[in-house]
Amino acid sequence: MIRNDIKNDFPVFLNNSGIVYLDNSATTQKPQSVIDAVSRYYEYDNANPLRGLYSLSIRATDDYEDAREAVRQFIGADSVKEIIFTRNTSESLNLISYSYAENNLKEGDEVLVSILEHHSDLLPWQRVTRKTGAKLRFVDCDEEGLITEEAFKAALTDRTKIVTMTHVSNVLGVKNDIKKFAEIAHERGAVFVCDGAQSTPHMKIDVRDLDVDFFAFSGHKMLGPMGIGVLYAKEEILEGMDPFLYGGEMIDCVTRLSATYAELPHKFEAGTVNAGGACGLKAAIDYYNSIGIDNIEKRELELTEYAFGKLTAVPHLKLYGPATAAEHHGIFSFTVEGVHPHDIATILDESNICIRAGHHCAQPLLKYMGVQSTARASIAFYNSEEDIDKLAAALSEVRGMMGYGE
Amino acid sequence: MANKSFYNEILTYHNMSPLHKHELPEANMVLEGVNPSCGDDIVLKLLVEDGVIKNGAFTGDGCAISQASCDIMIDMLIGKKAEEAKMLYDLFMKMIKGTVTDEEIDILEEAGALKDISHMPARVKCAVLGWRTLNEMLWDPEN
Repeated sequence: MIRNDIKNDFPVFLNNSGIVYLDNSATTQKPQSVIDAVSRYYEYDNANPLRGLYSLSIRATDDYEDAREAVRQFIGADSVKEIIFTRNTSESLNLISYSYAENNLKEGDEVLVSILEHHSDLLPWQRVTRKTGAKLRFVDCDEEGLITEEAFKAALTDRTKIVTMTHVSNVLGVKNDIKKFAEIAHERGAVFVCDGAQSTPHMKIDVRDLDVDFFAFSGHKMLGPMGIGVLYAKEEILEGMDPFLYGGEMIDCVTRLSATYAELPHKFEAGTVNAGGACGLKAAIDYYNSIGIDNIEKRELELTEYAFGKLTAVPHLKLYGPATAAEHHGIFSFTVEGVHPHDIATILDESNICIRAGHHCAQPLLKYMGVQSTARASIAFYNSEEDIDKLAAALSEVRGMMGYGE
Repeated sequence: MANKSFYNEILTYHNMSPLHKHELPEANMVLEGVNPSCGDDIVLKLLVEDGVIKNGAFTGDGCAISQASCDIMIDMLIGKKAEEAKMLYDLFMKMIKGTVTDEEIDILEEAGALKDISHMPARVKCAVLGWRTLNEMLWDPEN
């Protein structure tokens, strides 16, 4: 069960009376406990972690490493050595492309990406395939956004070395069967990368069950602060990888001309770390656990089904993606006939309703869908039926506002 | 809905029933203007003779703000000398930056309907697309 007054946990709603926040795929709001955890770190325990020999620094180190352990448990990883803190999903995916792909791809190899990818999971692969002479191939989705097993198998070749795919599409809400695709990719000898930015905040993640080699996500999309993200990777793969960034705190021993690198996971965390952000992320995970990810998933499914019914009843509204409500996972991309999506967003803003409009950092997908841009509403568990009623009511008036007769 | 919308009658009129959105075969200056991030895409066409803008039109696609702003601009430009157009361009940019006086807004006639865009940073690029293309075409081809 989610409490009716759940929004009271989030100061932004108390400070912006009446706001309808439906841009949760871009970033979520933060509960007071997360904001307090960041402050608490700086007010009580702040020192440079992993370095000092005094007790304050040891506390800072413990806070930071406690956060890593919380992440490990949250996604079901075997070891904290497999949890690398980054800034966000983009940095996590770049880390893979620089430190793994660049050393393991050669001319003639192939990287398979899906058409559903956010630019974060496309541009790093464009770069590394250009650099290594490998080929970038795409697997397309069907009209509802689904990638079928047949299409996936057909796109794999004996030269496919890396497959990368989003868990949940940030445009269509459709969820990929990562466990199955990873298994097929492994049978063909490829490693599997999963972009979990849109799934981790909304469903139980078990990286061992999914059996992916890499899994990336952002803290700020799951109630945590901006500037802290995670890369999970299997320990044996990380052991074989070069560092991503070079500098402080990632070394063991340095001479004038060479260095030996620190053990995992510190090898991949050069420079002073974002300890306050990590504490905030741990508080976010604690918040998820206090409600229960199953309860969150259940409530978001209710809201998704409610929103699907309301949105499909709005005249002149075209909803993209799955034809089944449950397959949307809280994400609704749509257009209103005759009104540009940017104008929809501006008109809704006049009613204090926050949605996204544009290409959602997925231009190849929108081109594939044959649309220049869409508006997008995305839900989190703290939204209410009332939020969705306001959205639907405002959308019903958009055409009238723009001078259409009906 | 909010009582007072940014989308006032002037804006919706020029978006729904543009006066100058058509081809212009006699144009002697043609330039495309694009906002790559949001997909607004116009082609501005002017007939300029003896330093006077004799006629103008545009084609393209985009949001209501980009399309209406361009239509209003062309309506104002027709019959004006190039230096008068430059003065209007400078005033429009000043309005976008929120530093224009009420008297100056009067000079901008219908383009003054876009004055609140100065509070909407995300939409500024839509409003200036036509004017930016005009500037590039007439005065600043390098930039």
